[in-house]
Amino acid sequence: MVIWRVDPPDGEPVFAQIVHSVKRAVATGRLKIGDRLPSVRELARELVINPNTIAKAFRALEAEGVTVSRRGAGTFVAERRVVVRADERRRRFRAALESVLADAVHLGLSEPEVRKLFDAALKRFRFDEGKREK
Amino acid sequence: MTSHPIEFDKLTVYYGALKALDTLSLNVREGSIHALLGRNGAGKTTALRCLLGLLEPTRGSVRILGHAAASMPPTLRNRIGYVSEGQKLVGWMKVNDIVAFQRATFDTFDDDLCARYLKRLNLPRDRRVHKLSRGMRAQLALALALAPHPEVVVMDDPGMGLDAVVRREFLEVMIDLIQEEGRTLLFTSHILHDVERMCDTISIIHAGTLRVNAELDTVKERIRRWRLVFDGDAPAPPEGLPGLVRARRRRNELLLTVVDGDAGVPAAATRLGAASCEPERLSLEDLFIEYTAEGVAAGRPAPGDEAA
Repeated sequence: MVIWRVDPPDGEPVFAQIVHSVKRAVATGRLKIGDRLPSVRELARELVINPNTIAKAFRALEAEGVTVSRRGAGTFVAERRVVVRADERRRRFRAALESVLADAVHLGLSEPEVRKLFDAALKRFRFDEGKREK
Repeated sequence: MTSHPIEFDKLTVYYGALKALDTLSLNVREGSIHALLGRNGAGKTTALRCLLGLLEPTRGSVRILGHAAASMPPTLRNRIGYVSEGQKLVGWMKVNDIVAFQRATFDTFDDDLCARYLKRLNLPRDRRVHKLSRGMRAQLALALALAPHPEVVVMDDPGMGLDAVVRREFLEVMIDLIQEEGRTLLFTSHILHDVERMCDTISIIHAGTLRVNAELDTVKERIRRWRLVFDGDAPAPPEGLPGLVRARRRRNELLLTVVDGDAGVPAAATRLGAASCEPERLSLEDLFIEYTAEGVAAGRPAPGDEAA
């Protein structure tokens, strides 16, 4: 599985890099609902990362509802269920978006450029797949 | 079983009039990997020698697996593995002889495990130790230290002088060790990229004094270097900025390394009239330099201080 974007010298904690790798892979469809993640042991060997760090990332993913672990069977990509209220979801997204847009302004991008890049990025992510039926 | 197999309590060591360590207090959690970092001569090896009972503290104490290290019973040595940089191994002995010697010394010596390590690391068993390369000698020392199933493994700069391939093998062995329940690892290293892969917690000592002692993730999450850019020359760094570790002025920029600066730094930047103020994450190497560079005084804030 080549979804892992882990670069230990990056300023972001390694466990957070693992969490983001999985979230991104799920959001772009490279990991699908029900896919099994490697075990902590396997991943520690593959990435040459402290297994405690991997275990911490897996706990965070499970707490956020991205994965679910079944005893003895392993860790799987969960159905997407959002536990955050609708207005809170929008608030969080707006905050993240504004920080990205502030960067864009400081980088000297024009509005049409930002729009174009945003549209291109949008196409790479999947929004409806895995949403729980109401 | 103690939950902290390694405990330094206000450890102070003098060599004559020279203070090598000053009231070092630090615990290592069971089942975790801790890196003790510092520049050459910072006091790391002194701390390890006290931990292994090879050196008597001037004041304070060190406990390992619940026993005072200074009066360690021989049975306890079976439960501790020690690998040091450039370890002395008897040169004229063959690998097989030295394995036999170690087997006779340690009650818990596991022949199968030792054989597995020797095979995995590709060590020729009939070669004399002085004919081995530096990397092979280091690997042999590692296999010998781990074969008795130590509960605590102490490594003093295990990667020093080894090529990237051998170092990677060392890391893989460390990963296997920690996967076995209850193993606790303490190591020193200058290869901070390896430390970033391996550690749960780090400490940084500088000139005998503990500067940082925290979870690596916490350190990375809470310290930022803020770049304040000014239209003209940068003003003097703000006095009394909470969490300030290090401040540097370069022409029209101020670089402020700050713990938990999200609220304080932007406000200070506004007061100083900065045109922009951006935080930047730091790698462990950057963080290390921030705490050990010339002119950075002791007593700078560090994440994790609260817990102490």
